[in-house]
Amino acid sequence: MTALEVTLRAVAVLAAFLVLPLLVGQTEHKVMAHMQGRLGPMYAGGFHGWAQLVADGVKFVQKEDLTPAAADKRVFRFAPAIALVPYLVALSAIPIHPGVQAATLPASAVFVLAIIGVGIIGTLMAGWASANKYALLGAMRAAAQLLSYELPMVLAVSSVCLAAGSLSLAGIVTQWHWWWLAWQAPGAVVFLTAAVAELQRPPFDMPVADSEIVFGAYTEYTGLRFAFFLLSEYAGIVVMSFLFAVLFLGGWHGPYAGALGWLWTVAKAFAIAIVIIWLRVAWPRLREDQLQRLAWLVLVPLALGQLLLTGAVIAVTGS
Amino acid sequence: MAQPTTNRELTVGVGAGGLATADMVLNIGPQHPATHGVLRLRIVVDGERIVSAEPIIGYMHRGAEKLFEVRDYRQIVVLANRHDWLSAFSSELGVVLSVESMLGMEVPERAVWARTLLAELNRVLNHLMFLGSYPLELGAITPVFYAFREREELQAVMEEASGGRMHYMFNRVGGLKEDLPAGWLGRVAHAIAAVRSRMPDLESLIVGNEILRARTRGVGVLTPETVAAYGVSGPIARASGLNIDLRRDAPYLAYAGLFGEGGPGRVVTRTDGDCLARLEVLLEQTHVSLDLAEHCLDVLASLPQGPINVRLPKVLKVPEGEIYTATENPLGFNGYYLVSRGEKTPWRLKLRSASFNNVSVLSELLPGHLIADMVAILGSMFFVVGDIDK
Amino acid sequence: MSGLVPGILKGLATTVRTMTKPTHTAEYPDAAPELPPRSRGVIALLEENCTSCMLCARECPDWCIYIDSHKETIPATTPGGRDRQRNVLDRFAIDFSLCMYCGICIEVCPFDALHWSPQFEYAELDIRDLIQEKDRLGQWMPTVPPPVALDEHSADPAELAASNKPPRAAGLVAGGRPARVARPAAAATTAAEPTPPVEPMLPPRRRGPSAAELVARASDIAEQQENGGEAR
Repeated sequence: MTALEVTLRAVAVLAAFLVLPLLVGQTEHKVMAHMQGRLGPMYAGGFHGWAQLVADGVKFVQKEDLTPAAADKRVFRFAPAIALVPYLVALSAIPIHPGVQAATLPASAVFVLAIIGVGIIGTLMAGWASANKYALLGAMRAAAQLLSYELPMVLAVSSVCLAAGSLSLAGIVTQWHWWWLAWQAPGAVVFLTAAVAELQRPPFDMPVADSEIVFGAYTEYTGLRFAFFLLSEYAGIVVMSFLFAVLFLGGWHGPYAGALGWLWTVAKAFAIAIVIIWLRVAWPRLREDQLQRLAWLVLVPLALGQLLLTGAVIAVTGS
Repeated sequence: MAQPTTNRELTVGVGAGGLATADMVLNIGPQHPATHGVLRLRIVVDGERIVSAEPIIGYMHRGAEKLFEVRDYRQIVVLANRHDWLSAFSSELGVVLSVESMLGMEVPERAVWARTLLAELNRVLNHLMFLGSYPLELGAITPVFYAFREREELQAVMEEASGGRMHYMFNRVGGLKEDLPAGWLGRVAHAIAAVRSRMPDLESLIVGNEILRARTRGVGVLTPETVAAYGVSGPIARASGLNIDLRRDAPYLAYAGLFGEGGPGRVVTRTDGDCLARLEVLLEQTHVSLDLAEHCLDVLASLPQGPINVRLPKVLKVPEGEIYTATENPLGFNGYYLVSRGEKTPWRLKLRSASFNNVSVLSELLPGHLIADMVAILGSMFFVVGDIDK
Repeated sequence: MSGLVPGILKGLATTVRTMTKPTHTAEYPDAAPELPPRSRGVIALLEENCTSCMLCARECPDWCIYIDSHKETIPATTPGGRDRQRNVLDRFAIDFSLCMYCGICIEVCPFDALHWSPQFEYAELDIRDLIQEKDRLGQWMPTVPPPVALDEHSADPAELAASNKPPRAAGLVAGGRPARVARPAAAATTAAEPTPPVEPMLPPRRRGPSAAELVARASDIAEQQENGGEAR
């Protein structure tokens, strides 16, 4: 790989990383609004408020960057980066078209899962360093949440890896057949649930529950640093949606996959992103202990059952 | 459920000194996204579990009772509809009913039915507000938009009659300020039908939602004994199994007929006393109030031509004496104790508002619950901070 | 159905169904809201009708009306006649940062100098600018809608009821709306005056088109003021 190619790939990932979350964010604005009988943003940019998030970004930049006096200043300032960067790295490992991915790794599934887990450290750092009771409560909730969803997620992914006989995301997509939709369905449900929990999105948004603990770990953040946390949430939706599309929906598989494979991946991921938005619109929030209960009593057994099913089918078919 | 409320210190054996943990004092409010208004709760938490809780009130005290004393009875109505801004019409009603009974005034029949209609519409408006805001506190963001769509429908007809969207200022001693606009009854009927037809949308997000049930069932159980001890009233008391409703038990306006034999009125009760029961009572009461309002419309259309108010003297003086008038406001009992010395202003006008008692019970209810439950309980107490602080 | 479909799916279904329906957002600055005539938006002053009697200022629950006036003597027009005095309004201002929009001032005004207008767009960046003087209050007059027709079951207007009834006894008598009735006596005295300084207007009847006429006249007056109001 030449230096130029590396640069090109890096720029492409960065561009996707900056554009796709905004796209998801704007979709959320509009889809949520219409689901609630509203219009959503209509002014910024002229046509149906397409530039609302750009305007928001400009606003965030203008805001004063505050660091509380009692905060652990270095950790406090560094936390948004820790939350944001893992998703950027994870995005680079996702294949969107046969042979097209920014970084080719032999065990990309493992890599992506590992790197996503780092993001939570950012939230923990933010919560602890803020020197704020609400932020601390939020960080503790986030940490507790991490414990409960990480295991079912890993189990669900390992089931797909087992089915494909590969730890590479591209390898999994290559092996994918449409009947996996039914075969891996329980695993898909587990993965989606765990993904929503990882993203701290409703109904699992307890770490940021605004009506309970103000804004959790992000309570004290303002301006650009706050915007980074928001961006990481939407980048997270993008990464999780792509992962779901690649693992469970067959990525680029679809009519004219040779030419339009990338479009299929993006379309599938976008559909998942809309589902994640939809859940937020329709459902209330669970309680932290109820999520733990759900994770250990439902998701983990379900994921283990899926693993068993995958193993059994492979053993029978002998593939 | 009762948790030991003594402060305890837990020592975990880490190293030589050990790691001391202490309970944390958390101030929820007066500015906090969960407290609609400026209610402040000082809670002591052990982790996320609440050890003790104390509602601190008064941030919105406006001295309403003292202000009443230097205002004539028309000016009092202006203030009376503001302490509980979600039950403005019902609160106005208490004042004018007190004055009317002190004067021994006969109110025209059309005024009685029109007042009943508007009071019930006001009740629906109030309940819709809480049916929207309570799920919001539990993290469901959509019901509030559906609830406000319906509120808008009813507020439009209220505004058409009274000129106000919240502070109607439509009651006068002896009746209403002016007669209803032509064709208004038809528009009210239309609005009620529209609200009714879209209520299932709102209900589908609340009723039977497993997450909402998980958050509210068995949470914040209020026993009938506690209800009685704290003077809790309204939908909260009825959710704990207390079958009390002044509209039926001490009827005023046209309620005697409405809640009588064969009338459309019925008192909604539940026995569980938890957050879910309180929400269910509110939801069912909304439907009952819509029934009542429809009945009032029918009666109003059938009444003969007549006035809607009583011609008053230039200076209205209430004869010497005292009276206590209680009304069933949307949030509970609302009482006015009026003492007059024959002046054009009251000598004393004591206000008993529902929210004050309903919030006082929080210190009893919260200990032992998690912070997340605190929000669920707080939201289900259906209070208006202006009504607490007065 | 409710027994079979899990509750959480019903919420999903409703939200999607709502997405397919028209929204109920009112695009406010672009689309003006339709407000009923009784809507209490702003208080308009018909200066010509004001006699500086101070009733509104005294009845206002939070004293947000400021009135200054002085007396002027009109010399007798006929020899041997008496000089007349009249109040000249110097200042009439409403502080809308204090106003509670109760409408008592409008109710008590015996000469219908104050009116509700549904206009509401008069927000200011400085709270002191919310004190509107009489010129500003007068500018709202053209926006005052005619009073609405009343319900078919409403009582007859007081004038009609009064003409059909024997003189009433003292005390509380049911019927009619308070105030707001034409005062034949007042009208007669002003008509008897040889040179009325400003033509007083009859208060609007609750029914009938007189209010539209009133609005038209008010706009005429506003124009006059603009053209040559300073001369006075």
